[in-house]
Amino acid sequence: MYSDIAANKRKTYIIMVLFLAFLCAIIWLFDKYLGGGTGIFYGGLVGSAIYVIFSYFAGAKMALAVNGAQQIQKSDNPRLWRTVENLAITDGLPMPKVYIMNDPAPNAFATGRDPRHSAVCATSGLLAMMDDQELQGVLAHELGHVKNYDIRVSMIAFALTAIISLLADIMIRLAFFGGGDRNEDNQVFFILGIVAAILAPLVATLIQLAVTRQREYLADATGALTTRYPEGLVSALQKIQQSGSVARRQNTATAHMFFVNPLKAHSLSSLFSTHPPIDARIARLQQMEGHA
Amino acid sequence: MAVVIIIVVVVLLIIAVTAAMYNGLVRLNQQANEAWSDITVQLKRRYDLIPNLVNTVKGYASHEKNVFEDVTEARANALSAQQQGPAAAAKAEGDFQSTMKSLFAVAENYPDLKASQNFQELQAELTDTEDKIQASRRFYNGVVRDFNTKRKTFPTNIFAGMLGFKQDKEFFEVDEAEAAAVQNAPNVQF
Repeated sequence: MYSDIAANKRKTYIIMVLFLAFLCAIIWLFDKYLGGGTGIFYGGLVGSAIYVIFSYFAGAKMALAVNGAQQIQKSDNPRLWRTVENLAITDGLPMPKVYIMNDPAPNAFATGRDPRHSAVCATSGLLAMMDDQELQGVLAHELGHVKNYDIRVSMIAFALTAIISLLADIMIRLAFFGGGDRNEDNQVFFILGIVAAILAPLVATLIQLAVTRQREYLADATGALTTRYPEGLVSALQKIQQSGSVARRQNTATAHMFFVNPLKAHSLSSLFSTHPPIDARIARLQQMEGHA
Repeated sequence: MAVVIIIVVVVLLIIAVTAAMYNGLVRLNQQANEAWSDITVQLKRRYDLIPNLVNTVKGYASHEKNVFEDVTEARANALSAQQQGPAAAAKAEGDFQSTMKSLFAVAENYPDLKASQNFQELQAELTDTEDKIQASRRFYNGVVRDFNTKRKTFPTNIFAGMLGFKQDKEFFEVDEAEAAAVQNAPNVQF
């Protein structure tokens, strides 16, 4: 478990570095293409920065509201409350806010930019389907996300994707509506620029999904470490695999935050999936059962 | 002139690195102390539940005086033993656990008591405090592991002794006596 966690953090770090390098390359390309900076370009960057800051602070509340989560106190559901409380003690985290989502599909998510502003939400379906060990496993996974600052990582990844998409958008508009003379050099960059503008958002999305998939594995490992009982998580995943997890509310923006994918399946599933396949997750957890 | 600058830079670097090491050890040390206090807090929470439990059982089984006296006495001993160090605390804890066993054995004979909502809620609370005690012990062990690891890994291990961190901390381990008691923790399933 410990080596899994360390390896995963390394992989995320590498992916984020590649992401930033990719962003820098795009910005350099744009700069060349525009022949040295325009007001719109910098305006776009400022706009993106404001968007990032806004989503950093308001993201958690929005995610909860959009999914119809209701906050609960201890008396509303002592079982859920106590499980979260005891796991928070084990992890040395302050007690997060607890929410319930009314949905028969078993699922859970965690949100919050750091442990002191965190919230955990479980669906009514999850509470009905899972026994205590399994519920502990799922919630330990979610608290693992909080503990590893995953929400912050994926907010940053999401924001980088948004910036790249915005730049690409500006690029394409300038290409079709912009004036300016075009000499030999500029032609090459012009074509490269168009290609980049079309592909960049795609690549950015793929990178972002790779990051969030890695963090799912990491949260599985952290959850197993917290409970010292990977079998609980395995059992929960197996139950979900059998029953399915398609939620009533379909929301692509928050889908990546859930325990398992709440969206209906698409054909290009695996590359664009927000979560690793359940079989792979079960396999990795089962490997942990033999040795910590 | 250049040599002087280089020496100054090197000295500053050494100071910065040593400061970082020291602060890291201090932080982990404090976390471990806090984690240990937290275990005591959870234990106290459990002991605080006991008078309520005794009163509820008394309400149905008032003539079983011995058991009540034993439990109350064992509880008082266990509370005071917390101050006397881990060995004394562990022994007092063991005695306390066996009196609790007797109390629940008594409750076994009174179906009205078992059915009462008050009693059932207290059972649930008691199970929860046991879970919390375990959770806080687990967290304590995690912090101790981090502290000991940092103290022993390069390069901090070279300076740890000089900086005043001469010893590893002990893990919270269940010794033989308490292991036996833990096997027989208050059984709240009937």
